[in-house]
Amino acid sequence: MEKMVNVYFFGKKYSVPASLTIMTAMEYAGYTLKRGCGCRHGFCGACATIYRIKGQNELKTCLACSTQVEEGMYIASIPFFPTDKRVYEIKDLKPNQQVMMELYPEIYSCIGCNACTKACTQSLNVMQYIAYAQRGEFEKCAEESFDCVSCGCCSVRCPAGISHPMVGLLARRLNGKYIAPEAEHLTKRVEEINNGEFDSMIEQIMQKPITEMKELYNTREIEK
Amino acid sequence: MYAPYPENMMESIKKVEASRAARMATEPRRLTAEEKDALLNEFHPDRKPDAFAEIKIGPNKGQKAPLELAKMLHSTSRILNEKIDLSKVDYDVDVLVIGGGGAGSSCAIEAHNAGANVMIVTKLRIGDANTMMAEGGIQAADKENDSPVQHYLDCFGGGHFDAKPELVKRLVMEAPDAIKWLNELGVEFDKTDDGRMVTTHGGGTSRKRMHAAKDYSGAEIMRTIRDEVINLGIPVVEFTSAVELIKDDKGQVAGAVLLNMETGDYSVAKAKTVVIATGGAGRMHYQGFPTSNHYGATADGLVLGYRAGAALRNQDSIQYHPTGAIYPSQILGALVTEKVRSVGAQLVNANGEAYIHPLETRDVNASGVIRECKEGRGVEVPGGAQGVWLDTPMIEILGGEGTIEKRIPAMFRMYMNYGIDMRKVPIVIYPTLHYQNGGLEIDGDGFTSIPNLLVAGEAAGGIHGTNRLMGNSLLDVIVFGRNAGKQASKKYKEVELGNMNLDHVQSYDAELKAASLETGEVSPLLLPKYARHER
Repeated sequence: MEKMVNVYFFGKKYSVPASLTIMTAMEYAGYTLKRGCGCRHGFCGACATIYRIKGQNELKTCLACSTQVEEGMYIASIPFFPTDKRVYEIKDLKPNQQVMMELYPEIYSCIGCNACTKACTQSLNVMQYIAYAQRGEFEKCAEESFDCVSCGCCSVRCPAGISHPMVGLLARRLNGKYIAPEAEHLTKRVEEINNGEFDSMIEQIMQKPITEMKELYNTREIEK
Repeated sequence: MYAPYPENMMESIKKVEASRAARMATEPRRLTAEEKDALLNEFHPDRKPDAFAEIKIGPNKGQKAPLELAKMLHSTSRILNEKIDLSKVDYDVDVLVIGGGGAGSSCAIEAHNAGANVMIVTKLRIGDANTMMAEGGIQAADKENDSPVQHYLDCFGGGHFDAKPELVKRLVMEAPDAIKWLNELGVEFDKTDDGRMVTTHGGGTSRKRMHAAKDYSGAEIMRTIRDEVINLGIPVVEFTSAVELIKDDKGQVAGAVLLNMETGDYSVAKAKTVVIATGGAGRMHYQGFPTSNHYGATADGLVLGYRAGAALRNQDSIQYHPTGAIYPSQILGALVTEKVRSVGAQLVNANGEAYIHPLETRDVNASGVIRECKEGRGVEVPGGAQGVWLDTPMIEILGGEGTIEKRIPAMFRMYMNYGIDMRKVPIVIYPTLHYQNGGLEIDGDGFTSIPNLLVAGEAAGGIHGTNRLMGNSLLDVIVFGRNAGKQASKKYKEVELGNMNLDHVQSYDAELKAASLETGEVSPLLLPKYARHER
């Protein structure tokens, strides 16, 4: 017999197998999920969830797809969170401190409570990446925030009303576009293709009979 | 001793550890063409005849499809008995994009930039898509020792010479520009200090052309282009699914009937061009396989395109990714990126033998895993299923301490979540349903046989033949998504729509009845039926 635990979805009690995740436990209980379910494997942030274990004070945040149920969990999913994303044209921005001051000035109201970091479902140092953003250190902010899935649990807990995932996203775009050095071999290859340098070769290979293609494929040299 | 697995698995790990030094000294041999064919014939799930059914009506009548897909094609339209008033138009656009994943988003960006009035409708949220979950990377022949022609050879050969040449040509020739476009939007690719792209092998590549953003490659691409869609002010109608295409009296596509997933209300979108970018079908669970796909991957676009008269291609070719998680049960089916093998991990059976080269094509490696398990060389996990080892500690030995956290942080996190430290112990895997190699057939410009109907991304068929290479899907969604946006925004200018109707839905139903097909289901599926009901 499978081990069962009692959990409470939106306050209502269900007995579910202890091996399930919060998400599969909800389905076991009979829910057809529409909100709060996306990739189901921890990449999309759709299933931000808050819970408290009966008898414990701490309010916890998690992804429902990646968290196993425990006895006495009181669970509420967050179907949507009104993240405050600012609109910009990336090509008009410059990667300096001014950008954050203009687009996300509330980051300078951070009171250093660290609730964002404690709430992060990816165990990121959220407060630290906001600090990097404040200082215009976008490369560091990008690296520190890289694994963010934008579930928004940090923002839910923030007394300063910061939309942390949006700040990290802006930093990464600035870093990817402006700060990381250009891949010259890529630029060169795009030019070569645009100049038609591969046109005749690609036409030739497209015309080859299958037997010849098979020979070419099966004997091709593989880079070590 | 660190023992995150049950005793039988820890016993097997001793053999894996004992053979590690010797295995690392020699690279496993690549299989010959004949050996690959034999392995595929005997063990690939696509070669099981009883898992397929004949399609009884429509453009692909007489051909095979997976049982579950055939059932959807043989099912009734959701709106057959609904009164849909087509004279009341809720949305009127030049380009209607169905699907908010990588293909739909890049399509919308290009259409918008070309001046079209474009709208995205998507069943869940924008970005809830397989693109978001693509981990390993994206191919492009941009290094000096590589060329689009070499990429063509790998792609066409890896797909068993079944792809359409004009599609492969577009894929490989526009690949470097796709990377450049993404990079200029701010996608962070892994680079060395001088800006050179860090590139690795994928299964079946002859050059190291896999570009990555750690093992969040798809997520990094998806969140960036999603941000761009929002910045451009492109309307995105979320939690709204297209359930049928609308045509006009000239036989052109003219829009779609939309379903609000939350309220159940229908609405009408009129459009001069329609792009189906609905993605894959993993949640159909062909042959009972678990899947690496997102929640909404239910082949919807295939069903509504087919009902409107668009033909499928290679619809009987499915990709089982060789390395899906099989233990612990909480992550069953989750993708373990091929990049784990790109950076050095070998596939090892219960006896500690590296029984195959880890970077054969996916169909070959998946078949190899299935063979090892069927022939008694698999590792049994709690619950009785079997898998083989992916020897992850090798990565740290080869690349140095810290390589796993740096190169594959998502994988590290996924396993650590359940107390398994892949730096210290191998992980156990089994094939997972990953990708539909085929889809709605398109021509070189992305159009179907139905006037003004385009398809992009995983829903399209013909690009990958009967096996897709790692890194060619992220590439495909960007190349063919962008292309569809450009083509649609040229096309709509010359489109004069006639009177809209849903006659094709009625005539398809008449065909179903004439063929005595009654599945008792409606289609498209929209969401998998996971809710358990006691009564």
